[in-house]
Parts: sequence; structure tokens; C-alpha cells
Amino acid sequence: MEKDSGIAKNVDEFLQIFRKGEEFTKDLIKENERLRFRIAQLEETLDKSENEERVKLYEDRIRMLEEELNSLLEKYRKVEEENKDFASKYVEVETENNNLANLYVASYQLHSTLDFNEVLRIVLEIVINLIGAEKFAILLMDEKTNELVPVASEGLSLNDMPKVKTGEGTIGRVAREGESYFSENITHASMVDAISPSVCIPLKIKEHVIGVISIYSLFVQKTGFSNMDYELFNLLAGHAATAIFSSRLYSQSERKLTTIQSFLDLLKEKPRR
Amino acid sequence: MPNILVVEDSPTMRQLIGFAIKRIPDSTLIEATDGVDALKKLSSEKVDIILADINMPVMDGIKLVSLVRGTPSYKNIPIIMITTQGAEEDKKRALSAGANAYLTKPVKTQELIRLVNSFIS
Repeated sequence: MEKDSGIAKNVDEFLQIFRKGEEFTKDLIKENERLRFRIAQLEETLDKSENEERVKLYEDRIRMLEEELNSLLEKYRKVEEENKDFASKYVEVETENNNLANLYVASYQLHSTLDFNEVLRIVLEIVINLIGAEKFAILLMDEKTNELVPVASEGLSLNDMPKVKTGEGTIGRVAREGESYFSENITHASMVDAISPSVCIPLKIKEHVIGVISIYSLFVQKTGFSNMDYELFNLLAGHAATAIFSSRLYSQSERKLTTIQSFLDLLKEKPRR
Repeated sequence: MPNILVVEDSPTMRQLIGFAIKRIPDSTLIEATDGVDALKKLSSEKVDIILADINMPVMDGIKLVSLVRGTPSYKNIPIIMITTQGAEEDKKRALSAGANAYLTKPVKTQELIRLVNSFIS
């Protein structure tokens, strides 16, 4: 009996211990579940905050890239503008270069000879080839009669050109005042009035007018005057005048020299008789 | 290295065209004062392109073009006519004689360079 009651006591103890173990295990499982839930919660929170941070980071990066893009676009626009500016400057320089070449050629040719007729021919060439005049004439001042006498022409006969008194009509007025005349209408007409030119340029040495270039019509392809044409007119006004004047003086002095030389030769020959 | 033959009786125009041609890299200018002179230059030198005036003494540009086109060894040389005559019939006359292109005076340098380059490049 005593043995049985001891066994029962042990069984009770064991059961108690077992129940305690069961409870403890249940508690552990509960705690485990709670902790796992907590971990899950924490992980979720962490993920959320990481995403937010990442989004923020990406947004910042996008903003930065957008700013960079805008600044690059702005730079590109500036470079494009500069490029356009350079291109237009290049064209300007090219045009200027060509104009200078034209002026150089004109000036070079005008002073390349002291032959009066050749100088006149060169003036004609310049007016034809560089200005594009079809019908025109060169009139020089006869200081004795105070008249402008036609000495060379293109597209019209010299016989059709009258002598013009200083102050008479457009040509005479240009010769008296020394100021160029430009008609508002450029003509391409086949018939021209010899005393009414479209353009009249005085040939001047300083303020002294020695003649005029009288232009009546231009080639059909020439529709107007450019800045270069006005530069050429200015050049002709001065350089053609000095070239014509000096070549005329040279021709006269050559003639005089020949005459004097002939006299001298004649005088030298006289004693032989 | 293109050899460019300029046929022009006016020294002013020859000098002016010469200035323009100097700006074409490695180009060489050969000058002739009229059609006959041009034919002499063609027989003695290699020419890649001809720039010719129409109105010239001795032999005009149109006659020169006809002769060049009629000569087997020169017939493929490009010819650009440079002249004062801007009327349509003058252009037709030059082109039907065998010229490849036509420029009117006063010649614009850039236009001349562009045209020459289009034939030699």
C-alpha cells in the first residue's frame, strides 16, 4: 500500500512537472509567435522606410539629372547661337575679303600703266566687270572751255555723247559740285538719254573735278547697287581721277620731250651744213 | 591639284578670277587672253576646268567651247562661261554650244568658287 501511494505521489509529481513543462512550452511557443510577429512587423517597417529613402534618393537623382540636362541644353543653345554668330561672321569676313580683293584689283589695274588710253580702257573694264554697267561714258573736263568732253564710252557711240558745260544738267551739276548722283530708278533700257544718267560719279583729285563717269544703264542681271558698288564708286572717284590725270600729264610730257628732243637733234645737226 | 584655265581678254577680270581661284586649295591658274591662246595652253598643259568669257577678240568663247567639245582629248573638260550677257537666250547659246555652267558679271567670288568646286570635287 505504501509502495502504491509512493508511486502515485511520484506520478502526481511527474504530472505536475509535465504540466509545468507543457505550460512553459506553450508560453515559449506564444512568445516565439509574438516575437516572430514583431520581427515581421519590424521588417515591414524597415522595408517601407528603405523604399521611401530609395524613392527620395531617386527623386533627388532625377532632379539633379534634370538640372544637368537643362544646363546642358542651355549650353547647347548658347553654342548653337555662337555657331550661328561665327557662321554669319565668316560670311561677313568672306564678303569683306572679296570686296577688298575687288578694290585691290581695281586700284592695282588703275595704277598699272601711264598710258592714257590704257587707263581709260581699265576704267571701262572696272565699270563693266565690277559694277555691271552696260552703257556709260567717261567725260573729262576741258579747262579752257570749261566743258566736259566725252573721251571713252561703252554700249553707246562717242558721237552720240554731247559736250556738257559745267553746271548744265545732271552731269554738269555733278562736275560743278563734286558730289555723286544716284537716280532712284536703275534702268535697263535700250534707249538712253545722254544728258540724263542713272549714276554720275565725279572724278576728283582732292576737291578738283577733272571729269565724270556717267552711267546710263546696267546689265539685266544687275538689279541694284550693293555697298561694294558704292565703295567702287568712291575708289573710282579718287583713283581713276589720279590715274587719268597722271597718265595724261605723262603723255603730254612725253610728247613735249619728243618735240624738244627733235629740236635738239635738229640743232645738233645744223653745224654739219 | 586642279589646273584651271581662265580665258579672258580683260586683265582686270583675269586678276580678279585669279584671286578667287587662289582660294581653291592646291589649284593652279593658267591664263589665256582669247580662244586661240586657250587652245595653245590646252595643247601644252593639263587642264581640269575652263572658265571662259564669251566676248573676246580673235576667237570668242562660244567658238572655243565648240572646238573643245569637238576635240576627243578635251571634250570632257568642264567649261564655265563668264560673261556680261545675262539674257536667257545668251545662256541657252552658251549651254547649247557645250558649256556646263554660266556665270554673269559682275561675278560673285563665292559663287565662282562654289561652281568650280562642284566640277572639280
